[in-house]
Amino acid sequence: MKFRFIVRRLIVTVPMVLIVITLTWGLIRLAPGNFYSTEKKLPPAIEKNIRAKYGLDKPWYVQYGRMMWNIVRLDFGNSLKYENETVNDILWRTLPVSATIGLLAYLLALVVGVLTGTLAALKPNSKLDYVSMALAMLGISLPNFVLGPILVLVFSLSLYWLPPARWNGFPSWNLVLPVLTLSAIYMAYIARLTRAGMLEVLRSDYIRTARAKGLSERQVVVRHALRGGLLPVVSFTGPALAILISGTVVVERIFAMPGLGNYFINANLNRDEPLIIGIVAFVSIAVLVFNLLVDIAYAFIDPRIRY
Amino acid sequence: MMSGDNGNLLSVRDLRTYFETEDGTVKAVDGISFDLKRGETLGIVGESGSGKSVTNLSVIRLIPSPPGRIVSGEVLFHGQDILSLPAEEVRRIRGKRISMIFQDPMTSLNPFMRISRQLMEITQLHLGHTREQAYEHAVRMLETVGIPEARARVDSYPHEFSGGMRQRVMIAMALSCEPELLIADEPTTALDVTIQAQILELIRKLKEETGTSVILITHDLGVVAGMTDDIIVMYAGKIFEQAPTRELFAAPGNPYTKALLKSVPDPVHEEGTDLYQIPGLPPDVAHLPPGCPFAPRCYHAEEVCRREFPPFVQLNAEHFSLCHFAGEVYAESRAERDARGGATPSGANVEPSENLGAVDPSENPTQGGAGR
Repeated sequence: MKFRFIVRRLIVTVPMVLIVITLTWGLIRLAPGNFYSTEKKLPPAIEKNIRAKYGLDKPWYVQYGRMMWNIVRLDFGNSLKYENETVNDILWRTLPVSATIGLLAYLLALVVGVLTGTLAALKPNSKLDYVSMALAMLGISLPNFVLGPILVLVFSLSLYWLPPARWNGFPSWNLVLPVLTLSAIYMAYIARLTRAGMLEVLRSDYIRTARAKGLSERQVVVRHALRGGLLPVVSFTGPALAILISGTVVVERIFAMPGLGNYFINANLNRDEPLIIGIVAFVSIAVLVFNLLVDIAYAFIDPRIRY
Repeated sequence: MMSGDNGNLLSVRDLRTYFETEDGTVKAVDGISFDLKRGETLGIVGESGSGKSVTNLSVIRLIPSPPGRIVSGEVLFHGQDILSLPAEEVRRIRGKRISMIFQDPMTSLNPFMRISRQLMEITQLHLGHTREQAYEHAVRMLETVGIPEARARVDSYPHEFSGGMRQRVMIAMALSCEPELLIADEPTTALDVTIQAQILELIRKLKEETGTSVILITHDLGVVAGMTDDIIVMYAGKIFEQAPTRELFAAPGNPYTKALLKSVPDPVHEEGTDLYQIPGLPPDVAHLPPGCPFAPRCYHAEEVCRREFPPFVQLNAEHFSLCHFAGEVYAESRAERDARGGATPSGANVEPSENLGAVDPSENPTQGGAGR
């Protein structure tokens, strides 16, 4: 039964991705400019040659059909800008960078967020609660393009503790600042989600039952409360992780990381159609798959859920 | 087993539990005292908000704090004050020597955990069972509380059980460690009427088999009638009347108790008439008037009731009533009973009030009857 549910959801994924790609393709057409446009106007003859070479002189449905056919075969073609590389090459080269930063950031956010959220929920309206929730509010409101430069200013340019930018493999000190910057908002959000979820669960009757059994407060929280209290965090994890892994534009830009996000910006600025579509396809598949994983995880966490 | 002072398993002395709210201090329990002898059953009756649940949560220190706070008092369990014990020792009493059943079995079991684990965890904790021992014990307990095919169903999740079955699981859990005191907080309120009778019968049977003392909290006088030795009637955080069950039903000495008894439906004698209800609402315990808290709703109230707090009057050896006119009300009740052809006023074998309809307290031989 569970297996059939998974297969059904995976099948639905395919048309969804194709719809996303179609929309993306349409939007690229609507945007002004071309991948070959420069400040100088090209001589018409040259422009005609370029258009013929890339098939842009064909009617739109032919172009669309050709693109879709390539995508169904999972071949996104060559990048228009980085001509020696296929889109697949670029994806495989940049993905590890983005995934490393994203996973580390989410892991950090999860540990710190769940911990502070739980502690805050255990002592509501205490000093710890107020301080941590004020910090969480700050973390949510402070955009990462502000937080990132501040961290660089303090820890790199003033204290000289950490390198300010650039990818240097894993593990390396270069990761600290981008991971922190990326993590902040998720940390804050998870802390608040955890606090709200735990507060609700801790008020529930079955927690009173657990206490009446004579369990210690730690056992009550860990064994009985966390599972229900963290459900909101689990549902948040799916989309969050998908987005984090597939590269975050701003942070990769600030810290000059050769990740998916950074290439995505460049691809858009360059009107590099194959690369844009390749990245969009990858991100949408990631979002759909991670959401599916969350739904599956839900069924394991909450026995009342049946698919 | 330790012997307590003069046969009392539990002695509550001047217990006060207050809640700090934005609206002021709510005196949910305000100066409650009672004794419970080993093997006896005590009924605590009252409307919602009368403090009956808070009293019992205070006994095992499960008051959520903040906002709740046990302000003063003693809860002597075997002569030892639970309120002054370190938290860790209270935990050793909870679930093992004093256990609780709660009102709503649908929400009182952990929905994410198998029944087996929820049962096993308590004996692993208190009796040092291994996993295998605890599992076998869990199956045995489920059989004891009458769950069919217990072995096949022990690994179910709570949502796979009906309300009545879940309350049976709660009872199994509460009795796992053979506690000396079982506190049942409205154990049947959330259940169908047919299931209610089964659950009460189960509690009574298990109580007789194990000799556990029981505190039965309810707002339903019909429930306590057949099961308890003594009854406490609570109102606005205070004990309004305290008496052996038969005595209380036969000759209530408090207008509030009389009104409660009158509002139990009696299909035999009152068919076609309107059901009696106590006028007004329970008072806001954060803002109590200076006089008797029941005065605004009392048929007997006079000027003095609104002005002065009533005395706790002793009507006979084991019968107390918080009322300015306790003696008069008591005499009135006895006269009414005589008019109905009851036994002698101070007799030991008084019949239950006819107001109770189908419920017959004499099914359960009363040990704490009047004039004992």
